[in-house]
Amino acid sequence: MVYITRIEHFNAAHKLYNPAWSREQNDEVFGKCANENWHGHNFELHVTIKGTPDADTGFVYDAKKLSVIIREHIINHLDHKNLNLEVDFMKDKLCSIENLVIGIWNKLIQHLPETVQLHKLLLRETPTIYVEYFGT
Amino acid sequence: MHKVSVFRKEHFNAAHRLHNPLWDDAKNKAVFGKCNNPLYHGHNYELIVQLTGIPDPQTGYVMDMKILSDLIQAEICERFDHRNLNEDCAEFKNLNPTAENIAIVIYEILREKIDSKLDLKIRLYETERNFVEYPA
Repeated sequence: MVYITRIEHFNAAHKLYNPAWSREQNDEVFGKCANENWHGHNFELHVTIKGTPDADTGFVYDAKKLSVIIREHIINHLDHKNLNLEVDFMKDKLCSIENLVIGIWNKLIQHLPETVQLHKLLLRETPTIYVEYFGT
Repeated sequence: MHKVSVFRKEHFNAAHRLHNPLWDDAKNKAVFGKCNNPLYHGHNYELIVQLTGIPDPQTGYVMDMKILSDLIQAEICERFDHRNLNEDCAEFKNLNPTAENIAIVIYEILREKIDSKLDLKIRLYETERNFVEYPA
């Protein structure tokens, strides 16, 4: 079994804000991340798939093809967007990277060939903060 | 009497959009592309402040890096971190917040606060791959 990872990037705006709470409660819990006028990040998405290298190509899966799938179905929908307002799978969800990585997984897995086993997503928000998700 | 350059790196995360109010939507879109998104996008900005001068004979410092760090935090990061540069920051009320213009604004703010004997240069990374320097 070999794990191969493709890294892609997107730059986006978001805010952490719970509409069920008061402004004060949001400020208390989310601090400056609750700024109603948004802030933003350079996000980095690591997509790890696993499998046995193909006898003819030596590939677990063609990393270029994987990149095209990630860009078409994920990056093009997130890059230079407002994650709270413009991303269908984040609608009515709290826009944390925890929820974002789950949303990305659920969308990406629908577009991967059946032969490709998605192993892990790593989503980096800043040099010092990232999340990992394994699908469960 | 040898001149030495010292560098301090700081970060801020902010939302912005590129937009020229003198142009119509079609021209803004044509020139600024996805950076013109009216709902904003964002970046992890990395700021490198470079000071060049002769080390003080008493301390050996070009400038005390802790004082420099506190100054950048107070004057730049407090002002721009987790903000919407277009909406929250008076500096960009009538100035397009490109990396170029942000670097010039940062230079002007810090220049007033740093000993005029020291040369000041700003390097600002908008992404890992896009960065600017001022003065050029």
